[in-house]
Amino acid sequence: MEEFNHLYEMLSQVQGYVYPNEVDLQWGLLIVQYPYLTGLVAGAFITASLERVFNVKALKVTYELSLLTALAFLLVATMPLISHLGHPERFYEIMITPHLTSAMAIFGFVYLWYLMVVLLLEIWFDYRRDMVLWAREAKGLKKWLYKILTLGVNDISPKTVMWDNKIGYFITVVGIPSAFLLHGYVGFIFGSVKANPWWSSVLMPVIFLFSAMVSGIALIMLVYMVVSYVRKKKPDMLALDTIAKFLFYVIILDFTLEGLDQIHRIYEAEESFEIISMLVSGKLYITLIVVQVFLGTIIPLVILGIFQFYKPKDSIRRVLYLIVSLLILVGIFFMRWNVVIGGQLFSKSFYGFTGYKTLIVGSEGLLMATVWVIVPFSILAFLLWLLPPWKKLSSKELTEAES
Amino acid sequence: MGTKRVKNSRRDFLKKTAIVGGGAIAASILNPFDAVLIASEDPGDKSKVWWAYVIDIDKCIGCGRCANACKNENDVPKEPFFFRTWVEQYTINNNHEVHVESPNGGIDGFDQSLDKSDVFKSFFVPKMCNHCHKSPCVQVCPVGATYDTPDGVVLVDDDYCIGCRYCVQACPYGCRYIHPEKKVADKCTLCYHRISKGKTTACIEVCPTGARMIGDLNDDKGPLVKFLKKHNCLVLKPHLNTGSKLFYNSLNAEVR
Ligand code: SF4
Ligand code: SF4
Repeated sequence: MEEFNHLYEMLSQVQGYVYPNEVDLQWGLLIVQYPYLTGLVAGAFITASLERVFNVKALKVTYELSLLTALAFLLVATMPLISHLGHPERFYEIMITPHLTSAMAIFGFVYLWYLMVVLLLEIWFDYRRDMVLWAREAKGLKKWLYKILTLGVNDISPKTVMWDNKIGYFITVVGIPSAFLLHGYVGFIFGSVKANPWWSSVLMPVIFLFSAMVSGIALIMLVYMVVSYVRKKKPDMLALDTIAKFLFYVIILDFTLEGLDQIHRIYEAEESFEIISMLVSGKLYITLIVVQVFLGTIIPLVILGIFQFYKPKDSIRRVLYLIVSLLILVGIFFMRWNVVIGGQLFSKSFYGFTGYKTLIVGSEGLLMATVWVIVPFSILAFLLWLLPPWKKLSSKELTEAES
Repeated sequence: MGTKRVKNSRRDFLKKTAIVGGGAIAASILNPFDAVLIASEDPGDKSKVWWAYVIDIDKCIGCGRCANACKNENDVPKEPFFFRTWVEQYTINNNHEVHVESPNGGIDGFDQSLDKSDVFKSFFVPKMCNHCHKSPCVQVCPVGATYDTPDGVVLVDDDYCIGCRYCVQACPYGCRYIHPEKKVADKCTLCYHRISKGKTTACIEVCPTGARMIGDLNDDKGPLVKFLKKHNCLVLKPHLNTGSKLFYNSLNAEVR
């Protein structure tokens, strides 16, 4: 009986009419996390690509940091998805017998492509020379780790290193569409559900993509400031200002697209319109209007907008950048929340609402979700210990060291 | 098992597209009733059974016996959150406001909460899986655990389902739930274990008024096709083009 207490509580919160099977909301907190984490990966990667492909010199200091952040989050991105399954032990079925009409079936492949072919390779080519050099100096465990990671390719003649760079560049070029694919595709998982008018929209993949960029760029901004603080170094203001500028433009794009989606909905006012407007002005008011739109979009937009014309002194900008990046990260989290949870709060009969309460324990609970937030940051800390971007030698230093 | 099914559905895809395309053209020159039928026409072997279902709303008295019999027959958990079939009571008052209820899926019967003089119209609508032949649930299942049988029944393979719940999201009619013990998707099987042995479904067996009927859509002289000929039947949410094979007689526009 006890396992159903939660459902009886939800039943008492039903407003209007929902199909009996709808009292139990299917995709909870962990499925909110899944597009959130994947979005951070895609966004962080795109930030890294800015430096390499579009040659934004000011972002050189955050290039490796962005790549490592993307990797740390990518390694856990599937975990919330797998742990929420009824039968996590059957997960491999998606890979070996994918049912190709399903948007979800392709996920394993998109994911592996991105992890193996794009991220790992790009990081490897970027760090190979340094790992060879570090292997010479380091002692104990670290030395062995570097030796293994170089895969025995120890040639660091200028010619080979030039090839490393060329291949790395090529992978980044392939990586950008891959990052778009990874996250646009996550949007499609929701956007293609025709039964759900809150999800079903052609704009969904594009919106997911741009919001992913917003959150990823904000994450890099935050991580860069925190890492600098921990290393007791002042963050490079030019880099921060440049990130902020990109952030500003991407938020505008993202906001426009989301606005367009809503305006379209309001103007067409289809059968589902009444229930959706009740949803937005009722159950989603705090998370959508207050947190996502006001705190997570408008305030950052205003602050970053002002900075485009008027720059207060560094210390003030730093504090405000910290606040802005946190606001955006929270805002985008609730954007995912509003999509995933919001889409299940109203009945497909359009006659009522069910409720949702985050459980603390269990495979869908808050504790589990917290684990999947802590783990990527721990991985990132480990990666930064193993592959510190600030210890990489620039080409100039290298030639000096060689001579 | 799953691989085989996946291959079959791929092979059939082109064939199906061609015929659905043709069907749409044919439908435009026929009367609207035929259009409903043709919209769900299966290209499969005409000489074999193709299951469909009819519910006559005029006959349903809302006793809820079907929902109860289904739970007993099919090991559906007794809690009021899991149903393979349930009954809804629609009441439209004099201000044309729609009120829908389904306490415990209708198993314990219904009370009319509105005063008689306020009621403009009231009726019962039994709901269940529509055994859609272009069904969104089959389409979205990432491993092919939800599949179409050749005789037109949508089933879930318990040993194969990973419990991702994508199908529950994709079904526009709320017909699926996750079985709390088995942790896999569950829904009406059209009592496949019974109909394949020549028996009828548990819900039909107990219905005191004969409001429910199962039949072969390929059998032109059978009772189901005859019923469809005589009555104006509709499917739920036709705009979603799910190819529903559950036909309702006397369906009101308010029903969703
Ligand atoms: S009614 Fe729902 S569960 Fe049944 S076949 Fe159609 S989409 Fe699938
Ligand atoms: S819950 Fe099971 S049947 Fe439904 S889509 Fe997922 S794997 Fe397929």
